[in-house]
Amino acid sequence: MDFSFKVILHNLPFLLAAAKWTLLISVAGMAISIFLGIFICAARISRAAWLRRAAAVYISFFRGVPLLVQLLVFFYMLPHVGIDLPAMAAAILAVGMCSAAYTAEILRGALQAIPAGQTEAADALGMSPVWLWRRILVPQALRLGMPSLVNELILLVKVSSLASVVGIGELTRVAQNITGQTYRPLEVYIAAAAIYFLINLVISQLGRVAERRLQLN
Amino acid sequence: MEFELFHRYGPALLRGFGVTILCWVAGSIGGIVLGFAIACLYRWSWRPVRWLLQAYVELIRGTPFMIQLFILYYGGPYVGLVLSPVQAGILSFVIYGSPYFSEIFRSGFGSIPEGQIEAARCVGLGEAAILRRIVLPQMLVLITAPLTNFIIILSKETAILSVVTVPELLYETQTMAAETFTYVEPFLVLSLCYWLLVVLTSWLGQKVEHRVTRHLRRANA
Repeated sequence: MDFSFKVILHNLPFLLAAAKWTLLISVAGMAISIFLGIFICAARISRAAWLRRAAAVYISFFRGVPLLVQLLVFFYMLPHVGIDLPAMAAAILAVGMCSAAYTAEILRGALQAIPAGQTEAADALGMSPVWLWRRILVPQALRLGMPSLVNELILLVKVSSLASVVGIGELTRVAQNITGQTYRPLEVYIAAAAIYFLINLVISQLGRVAERRLQLN
Repeated sequence: MEFELFHRYGPALLRGFGVTILCWVAGSIGGIVLGFAIACLYRWSWRPVRWLLQAYVELIRGTPFMIQLFILYYGGPYVGLVLSPVQAGILSFVIYGSPYFSEIFRSGFGSIPEGQIEAARCVGLGEAAILRRIVLPQMLVLITAPLTNFIIILSKETAILSVVTVPELLYETQTMAAETFTYVEPFLVLSLCYWLLVVLTSWLGQKVEHRVTRHLRRANA
């Protein structure tokens, strides 16, 4: 069996349409991941012991349980307690909340690398904690942690393929369907991989730009 | 629940768990070594080499692991690279992990103020000594958490190796499920095994972190 570009060309519109859903889940998941990750990280290093413990439990749960299981819990178990989420919302929440646990740990590592003298100086100047976080800690933590964050966001794009188990026709699922119809796994999966690659290339280039923008000088 | 089944399938599951741990540990160590080499090369080499390294990082990081595994295992024989499933599993893990690790190390290098390195050169430290005594101890503070994150992610990705018939934990679990028509018990045990690996890794990560942040605590005390 030889490699056929015709198969790819024929099915490209379907793959691209599916990639839209992959993109939606990824982008919304990233927003949740970073936003929630900052708060969990803040809780993880706060002075209140109960906050620290709650954040630690969150992280160990979302890192320790496979994402597939989390997704099934969001979609099939939450309705039993009266929260009925549409499939898309369940997928985005599961992906985002799982990734937030990893993001929080990345940011915590980055915060430790910021010299404690800066926090003390801000305290001495009478800066409020909110300003301290907004102006001093978060920008620097993002700069230091950016390569690891980009790693995490790229992984997030790839795990969005799990959303197919709650019935979303995202890229991997559609590639499987097309393979079932055409019996051309090699061509179809290479095309799907190329689309994932392009999405991830954009993310990593954006990460490089952000890294340069956040540089001190 | 029929836990008597484990009398018969227990040894196979244990062997599978062993193979999972082998691929995971060997893949992580290989990935860290290769990733560190890439990050060092990226830091200390000419521009064309850097472009090549960056292309490697983007290509491997941007494509799904399963497809890389397929290409290595099924495509390898076409170029004379015939590997056993376990060898293919470990090698693909090393390749897959290396760009993530190299990016983590790159962020670590970036966190050290240039002034410190210049100062170290001024007082006559060699490049190797600067790396070992100035850069590494400080960058470990930043990178221990992301390293732990990624090693945890790798432990769960070992499940993908089952698609090229590596006899690891998921493979053995699926075999047991298919032969006995029980699904809850085998997968319960499977989840427990992965969870054990994650707990162990995060515990180890905390220990390492505690050790590498010693100097910060002493300064603040």
